[in-house]
Amino acid sequence: MSTVLAVSHLASQRAGRTLFAELTFDLAQGEVLHIEGVNGAGKSTLLRSLVGLVQLQAGHITFFPEQPDLQQNWRAHTLFMGHKAGVKSELTALENVALQAQLCGVDNIDAWQLLETVGLLGLEDLPAGQLSAGQQRRIALTKLWYSNALLWILDEPFTALDTFGIELLQQKFAEHTANGGAIILTSHQQLTWQTERLKRLRIAGGDDAGY
Amino acid sequence: MQATSWQALQAVMRRDLMVVMRRRSDVLNPLLFVLMVVTLFPLAVGPGPDILGRIAAGVIWVAALLSALLGSERLFREDYLDGTLEQLTLQPQPLALLAFGKVAVHWLLSGLPLVILAPLCALLLKLPLEGWSALVATLLVGTPILSAVTAIGAALTVSLGRGGALLSLLLLPLFIPLLIFASGAVEAALVGTEAWPQVLLLAGLSLLTLLLSPFAVAAAIRVSVN
Repeated sequence: MSTVLAVSHLASQRAGRTLFAELTFDLAQGEVLHIEGVNGAGKSTLLRSLVGLVQLQAGHITFFPEQPDLQQNWRAHTLFMGHKAGVKSELTALENVALQAQLCGVDNIDAWQLLETVGLLGLEDLPAGQLSAGQQRRIALTKLWYSNALLWILDEPFTALDTFGIELLQQKFAEHTANGGAIILTSHQQLTWQTERLKRLRIAGGDDAGY
Repeated sequence: MQATSWQALQAVMRRDLMVVMRRRSDVLNPLLFVLMVVTLFPLAVGPGPDILGRIAAGVIWVAALLSALLGSERLFREDYLDGTLEQLTLQPQPLALLAFGKVAVHWLLSGLPLVILAPLCALLLKLPLEGWSALVATLLVGTPILSAVTAIGAALTVSLGRGGALLSLLLLPLFIPLLIFASGAVEAALVGTEAWPQVLLLAGLSLLTLLLSPFAVAAAIRVSVN
């Protein structure tokens, strides 16, 4: 299994405080990296700097170092989902799913099927603004069902989801890694899904970041 | 599989159009504002056609500038708050292209209605007939500049909680050349000389702005989502 992400000597500061420094890790296909740390430790900053939303102070990030064709167009093979769902509150769930898919370049999705999978059937005609935070989150998460990104970078994917949703998401994770995908995620709760290819990275405000 | 740039542009434009169709007041309010300002002037300076006719083009253009500022804050605000902007910056397609799509939709829904409304405003202010075509022409080529430049300002200030007043102060000076050429063109038409030099100059300015502003908007968005 080839490497999907190689990170070396990463450092980040926010407001004069070192969040992490000399952070080096890599991730291969089929692996899951669970980033842990207290609130404000810099988990989100780390994920956002991986995809280039936050400027790096130091270090190197290489996506797909062994596959030059993927490396060139790494954005198309990486899926990032942050705290905000990216769901338009004026549009219905169905419209949100369809537009999201179009933006990803997938035009043969079955939006109804997707909504059924994530348990939103019956709510498809309501403006997303009237749905709960967890339901909006589910709309955004439908992306995982049709995305063909190899690397998923998910910031707190379980936020606002109920136990059924969390279970569903973990099943999807298992499927993704079994198909050769890799996942980086932050979460305050332990995964109930047991995978032997789980890596943990603990960020502790900079002083002792490491495995 | 990956969306072609064209597909992504379409998706961005379609989404913006659909969102605005659900919130029609965002489109209507600036237009009503322009109509309101235009009707206030005869009340304030007196209904004499000689005064009104002379200041008509200037009044309509200033009203257009102010109405452009009125809704500018919201251009990227919702997208910023709900995370859409973040997702757009992560698209494999060039962000400048997607930004251009947003600017184009903004013009379609704010600039174009203004062009259509212009004859009514001209009528209300008793602009002599010779000036009408020049007024419509300047609005047609000038309003894209309004959309493009306000987009830069809106993208820059989107992460500041209340960027509204700051945005107006930043943008208004940039519109001075626009105002000078536009009212110059109408003035020229009124005194019976050619208005086309100024209109063509505006058109050139417009093309340049449309070409370059998406890159500035893209850079500003990247700074704002950081």
